[in-house]
Amino acid sequence: MRVALFVTCVNDTLFPGTGKAVVRLLERLGCTVDFPMEQTCCGQMHFNTGYRADALPLARRFVTAFGGHDAVVVPSGSCAAMVREWYPSLGVTPPGGVFELSEFLVDVLGVTDVGAYFPHTVTYHPTCHSLRSLKVGSRPLDLLSAVRGLTLVPLGGAEECCGFGGTFSLKNTAVSAAMCADKVRGVLDTGAEVLCAADNSCLMHIGGALSRQRTGVRVMHLAEILASTEEDPS
Amino acid sequence: MSGTFVGMPAFPEASSSAVSDAQLRHNLRKATHTIRAKRAAVVGEQPDWAALREAGAAVKDRTLRHLDVYLERLEAAVVAAGGQVHWAGDAEEANRIVVDLVKATGETEVVKVKSMATQEIDLNAALASAGIRAYETDLAELIVQLGDDWPSHILVPAIHRNRSEIREIFLKHMASWGRPAPADLKDDPRALAEAARLHLRERFLSARVGISGANFAVAETGTLVVLESEGNGRMCLTLPETLISVVGIEKLVPTWADLEVFMQLLPRSSTGERMNPYTSMWTGATEGQTFHLVLLDNGRTSVLSDEVGRQALRCIRCSACLNVCPVYERAGGHSYGSVYPGPIGAILTPQLRGLVGPLEESLPYASTLCGACYEVCPVAINIPEVLLDLRSKVVARGHRGERLAMGAARRVLDSPRWLSLAQRSAGRLRRWTPRRLPGPLSAWSDTRDVPVPPKQSFRDWWAER
Repeated sequence: MRVALFVTCVNDTLFPGTGKAVVRLLERLGCTVDFPMEQTCCGQMHFNTGYRADALPLARRFVTAFGGHDAVVVPSGSCAAMVREWYPSLGVTPPGGVFELSEFLVDVLGVTDVGAYFPHTVTYHPTCHSLRSLKVGSRPLDLLSAVRGLTLVPLGGAEECCGFGGTFSLKNTAVSAAMCADKVRGVLDTGAEVLCAADNSCLMHIGGALSRQRTGVRVMHLAEILASTEEDPS
Repeated sequence: MSGTFVGMPAFPEASSSAVSDAQLRHNLRKATHTIRAKRAAVVGEQPDWAALREAGAAVKDRTLRHLDVYLERLEAAVVAAGGQVHWAGDAEEANRIVVDLVKATGETEVVKVKSMATQEIDLNAALASAGIRAYETDLAELIVQLGDDWPSHILVPAIHRNRSEIREIFLKHMASWGRPAPADLKDDPRALAEAARLHLRERFLSARVGISGANFAVAETGTLVVLESEGNGRMCLTLPETLISVVGIEKLVPTWADLEVFMQLLPRSSTGERMNPYTSMWTGATEGQTFHLVLLDNGRTSVLSDEVGRQALRCIRCSACLNVCPVYERAGGHSYGSVYPGPIGAILTPQLRGLVGPLEESLPYASTLCGACYEVCPVAINIPEVLLDLRSKVVARGHRGERLAMGAARRVLDSPRWLSLAQRSAGRLRRWTPRRLPGPLSAWSDTRDVPVPPKQSFRDWWAER
C-alpha cells in the first residue's frame, strides 16, 4: 500500500527520529512511503492562537501537498485533528484519508501486533486531541500491549490534559506548569522508565519537566516504540 | 455586567497567584474531583444520555431561534396568572426596577434564593445603596456573603473554602448579620449546617420580600422553576408576600414536555444526583401575594446575534464544565473575574461584556483546548469552537508584537525552502541552544528543559536517503 507521510513541522524540525520510526515501521509492514517535499505545517499553532488569516495558506498548502494521496499518515493526534476537525471552519475541505498513526495501523492495515520488541516498563498518556477530537480510544494501548517484552503500567489521571496547549504554555505559564507538575507526579507514581504518547508537542512539555527535574524518565513517541525490534532497537 | 469585578487583572496574572495558594489548590482538587466522579457515575447509568443531550441542545436552539415569540408568550401567560412582567435591557435597568419594587413595599430587608442573574447584575450592592439589606439564604452564598467574598463556582460558590475556614467565618461574622454562631462551634459539617439553619430560620420568618432567579421559565403556562438542594430557596419563594424573580431571557423553554428533558439533564450534570431534591414551580401570584418577573437582557441579544457564540446561551448553569476543567482546578474561580468562571465563563464573559479590556481579552486563552468541557456539557456547547472564534476576534484588535512574530513564523512555515534553512541553522547552532530562552519564551524554560535541535531535520534525512 502506498501512503503519504505528513511528518508535521515539530517532528520535522525537532524530532526527526519519530518520522524515521514511522517510515521504518510502515515499510516493515509492507507499505511504500511517500514524503511530499512541499509539505510544511498544518497551521494549528496559528489557528489555535486566533491567527486564521495566517493559518489559511498553511491549510491550503497541506491540501495541495496531500490532495492526490489515498492515505495520509500523521504521527500527531492534534495535527490530524486540526486537519479533519477544523479545516472546514477555514473554508478548506480536508483531503479524505487523513489518519493519525494508531488509526492507520489498526483501522486501515488491520494490525495490532506490529512485530515490535521493547523490553521496558512503559506508561501511556492519551493526548487530548487523540482522545477527545479523533476518539482513537484504546488503539494505542492495544498496539503497545502487543509489543513483546513491554510492560504497560496504567497512568493515574491519564485523561487529564498535561497543560501544554500550544501557546497556552507561554501565555498561561503558571497554570500550564501546575498542570504539568501534576502529570509528572502521575508518571513518577507509575514507576515507568518510559512515558509514551502519540504527540511530540505534549511530550516536549512533559519531557521538558521530567528532564529539568532529573527524574530519569524518558519520553518516547508511540512510533518509536512500535518501530523497535530485537535486531534494531529504538 | 456588575461593578464587582471591575479592575480585575487579566487571567494569567490572577491565576498565577491562585496557583501558588496550596490550600486553595487542595480544596479545589478535592471538591472538583468528588463532584466529577459523582456526575460520571450517574451519567454513565443513563442509557439514553447522548440522545437526551442532543434533545437538550435542540430544544434550546429552537427556543433561541424564536425567542421573540416565546418571550411574548411567557409574558402573556404570567400576566394572565396574576403576575407582573418587567423588561430590563441591562444591569442598571434591572437593578433600578428591583430597587423600586422593594421600595414600594416599604421594606428594608429582603431574603434571596441563590441566583446567578442577580449576582451578574450585582443586585445586592444596588439594594444596599438604596438602604435595603439583602440576605443570602443559600448555605454557600451565605458563607460568601458573611466572608465579604466573591463566589468562585456557579453551583458551589464557596468551593474555595474548607470547613475550618467556614467555621472561622461563622464565628466572626454571623453576629453582625443576625443570630450569632454558638461560641463552641465545631468545624464538622453537621454543626456548621445547624448554625446556618438557626441563623437563617429567623430571617425566613420575618422577611416580607423574596428575590430569586429561575433555572427555567415555561412559556406555555408562564411557570417559573427553581432547582435547589437545601429547601432554603423554597422558604424564600413561599413565605414572603412579595416575590421578585430576575431571569435571563435565555432561560425559556417553550413547553412542559421540553422542561422534562432538562429535569433529567441538570441534576445529573450539576450535583451528580438522579433527581433534584427541591424543585419549586410557580405560576403567577398566589392569593394574597404579589409576583414580579424581571426579564433580563444584559448583553444576551448581542450574544444571540453571533452565529458561533450564540450556543453559549444554551447553558443551564450546571457547572459540569468547571468540575472537569484542569485549568479551573488550578486557577480557581476568582481568576476569571466574573460570576461565571471556568470554561463557560471564558466564553460567556467576553461575549456578555464584549472584549472591553485585558481581562476579557485574556479569557478566550484561559484554556488548553483539551475538550473535556465539551464532552460533559449536557447541552453540547462546543466550548473549544467558541474559544477559537473569540481568539480570532481578539487578535483582530491589535497585539502588534505577537502579530509580527506570528506573521514571521507563517512566512517561514509557508515555504519548504525557508523552513529548511531555519532547520539547518538551528542544527548548526545546536551546541549553543540556550538553557534559558529570551523574552516571552522564558516562560517555557523557567520550568521545562529546551529541546536541542537535531543535527539533521527529517526532510534533509529523507532527501539523502
